[in-house]
Amino acid sequence: MRLSELKQGQTAMIARVGGEGHLRRRILEMGIVKGTEVYVEKYAPLRDPMELIVKGYHVSLRVEEAAQIDVEYVA
Amino acid sequence: MTPKRLTIALAGNPNSGKTTIFNNLTGTRQKVGNWPGVTVEKKEGHVSRFGYDLTVVDLPGTYSLTPFSIEEVVARNFLLDETPDVVIDIIDASNLERSLYLATQIRELDCKVLFALNMADMARARGMRIDDRKLSELLDVPVMFTIGNRNEGMDELLKAAIALAESGAPLPRSRRVKYTYDIEEAVGRLRSFMVSKCDGSLPYPPRWMAIKLIEDDKIVKERLIAAVPDEAGRAVLQAGQSLRQHLAARYDEDPQIVMTDERYGFIAGIVREVQTAGTRQRVDLSRSIDLVLTHRLFGFPIFIFFIWAMFQMTFTLGEYPVQWIESGVKLLSDTVEGLLPEGAVRGLVIDGIIAGVGSVIVFLPNILILFLCIAVFEDTGYMARSAFLMDRIMHLIGLHGKSFIPMLMGFGCNVPAIMAARTLESEKDRILTILITPFMSCSAKLPVYVVLAGAFFGARAGTVIFGLYLLGIVLSILTGRLFRSTLLRGADAPFVMELPPYRMPMAKSLLIHMWDRSKIFLGKMGKVILIGSVIIWALASFPRDVSYSRDFEAELRQAAAAAEARQAAAGDAESREIQAAYEQTAAELRRLQKAEQTEHSLIGRIGRFVAPAFAPLGIDWRGGVALLTGFVAKEIVVSTLGVLHAAGEREEENALENALADSGMTPLAALSMMVFVLLYLPCLATTTAIRRETGSTLWMLFSIGYSTAVAWAGAFLVYQGGRLLGFA
Repeated sequence: MRLSELKQGQTAMIARVGGEGHLRRRILEMGIVKGTEVYVEKYAPLRDPMELIVKGYHVSLRVEEAAQIDVEYVA
Repeated sequence: MTPKRLTIALAGNPNSGKTTIFNNLTGTRQKVGNWPGVTVEKKEGHVSRFGYDLTVVDLPGTYSLTPFSIEEVVARNFLLDETPDVVIDIIDASNLERSLYLATQIRELDCKVLFALNMADMARARGMRIDDRKLSELLDVPVMFTIGNRNEGMDELLKAAIALAESGAPLPRSRRVKYTYDIEEAVGRLRSFMVSKCDGSLPYPPRWMAIKLIEDDKIVKERLIAAVPDEAGRAVLQAGQSLRQHLAARYDEDPQIVMTDERYGFIAGIVREVQTAGTRQRVDLSRSIDLVLTHRLFGFPIFIFFIWAMFQMTFTLGEYPVQWIESGVKLLSDTVEGLLPEGAVRGLVIDGIIAGVGSVIVFLPNILILFLCIAVFEDTGYMARSAFLMDRIMHLIGLHGKSFIPMLMGFGCNVPAIMAARTLESEKDRILTILITPFMSCSAKLPVYVVLAGAFFGARAGTVIFGLYLLGIVLSILTGRLFRSTLLRGADAPFVMELPPYRMPMAKSLLIHMWDRSKIFLGKMGKVILIGSVIIWALASFPRDVSYSRDFEAELRQAAAAAEARQAAAGDAESREIQAAYEQTAAELRRLQKAEQTEHSLIGRIGRFVAPAFAPLGIDWRGGVALLTGFVAKEIVVSTLGVLHAAGEREEENALENALADSGMTPLAALSMMVFVLLYLPCLATTTAIRRETGSTLWMLFSIGYSTAVAWAGAFLVYQGGRLLGFA
């Protein structure tokens, strides 16, 4: 499933980061790499962007960007 | 013997507490300038400690050394080209894993590096323990603990840095990231090929260059060709390219992505060994605060409240010191008047220098408070939340949530705001943000609103000013949409942004922050505005031999003689009354004389020349001249109005407001003028910044033309529309 399909409070494991050049490299450099656990902390009031907890810190991503990341649902 | 000099560079992620440590180490002995060629802020401090002259350089905060953003390029170039004696990498201990990404990249550069595990107390509070000895051993790097916001561990950090810089030990070659076999083999092959082809002329460590060439790093490729321009350089590039392709085919993936993955893999291994994690997710105060501040229903109302509170503080709280400064300036002006003989010199000092600078310095309290508020937003971490809240809306204009930050800073001063647009990675985003930022009403325009709205809208002045700010925001949104769909088409940059934990801001860092920015305002005032005021005074004062419509001097003498004669025949009390009446008449006569003189002056002639362009906006020649002079700096609009209305000659308080109301200006015309001031061409300093930041004179000219056209149209609509609707 896609990262953007997760609901608030759900946890998943990153399977594959898709997308193109810039965005993709930036996402990877921020530690959102294969095998990393992500927790969906919340969505912004306008439902976009979303806030994730990765490697113990909080990071925000747009929903359309999160749609390019495949995850495996954990809990 | 002169003490030995050492250069220490501070590197680290944004929000790692790097700036706090820099402030602790250097105190107020800081030099804020620019990095050569670009306008990323360069902070440098000099201290003499432990027998050394230390230069501490604060590198821009970055997550990586891959040259995506200008900050990353600047930080990397400093490490590569200036070769500091030692690099202190400041690591947020509660964020070890991600911080180590930058750390491993710095390690790969083969420079002397020292880790400062900062905010270890916070990590501990979250149930996390870090084995510093193990970390030091695994990466072969000295590790120190610091608590920046309590000023703990600073001396030890400096001592360790000096010891490392002075140690003759060869750089540790081991303990770096080891990539998988295929990559290591490719790196090794490229490295030995490079060394054999162009040994001695390689600008950087060969292993690092090999890694970067396989990562297809444009800057390293350029540097290689610059250093080795012959056949050999091209051969190396070609070898790198074919190895890249080989690896890409082997992994079915861009080698750079594979290497990023592997660095994180290496880091994960280290983190497992050195960190004992407590609770995995942070259930702490910061998260609870965030649940309220970015709440689905309350998030926006709270955000709007904060912005509103910021402006309220700026304008109501700032009112008191403004009054003190006003009295101070008046006192100075009166003193000088007593000291200097009447003539051109006295005019220059009082009406040119004191009146010009004085009319601007009174707004210093407002500006200090505004910058303080923005510093509070930044240092608490709320600024990032504002981008988080606003991204959806900014995205509609085709902008990044981060663009909101420069735009918000634009309310303070457009110059640092336009510089702040550098944090945007995409060039189109940056240019678009720069083009719309001038519509954010900067603090220098505020004096103009305060005077005009104060004179014509009385109790409703606050609402009018708020409306102007709102109009600027709306127009910037419309402009953004327009340009995004025409001139600057394309997708905006990814929104991958850290949301740092909320922190209690430190008074010291807030003050330094506020002061650094206010210095820009003061510096501008010191040079540009002083010169501008003097030029305008000269334009308004010459020629001095004007043929007046009435003989003011004779009338003044007559009035004096009449008063004297009546006083001679009157009692004490009556005499005082006569004296007061005479002084009023004399002041009025002098004001009329001054106004008439200005009308015939050089500036009056310029004003009459441009008056037809301003007439449909309800702005008279004096307003037109003031607006022209506002190009130097927006604050000057007020002082020019002051000079043209000869407000300095009037004794009462709020002299300019009263003069304006007397001059026949209507509230509608005042509103039209305020709209024009809000929107028209950015000031000299801002246009300079636009040119530098966009790297193009064309964009600067475009910005000037576009904003002035919008301003004229806006003021025209307000004035003519208002008249049609029946407002005078």
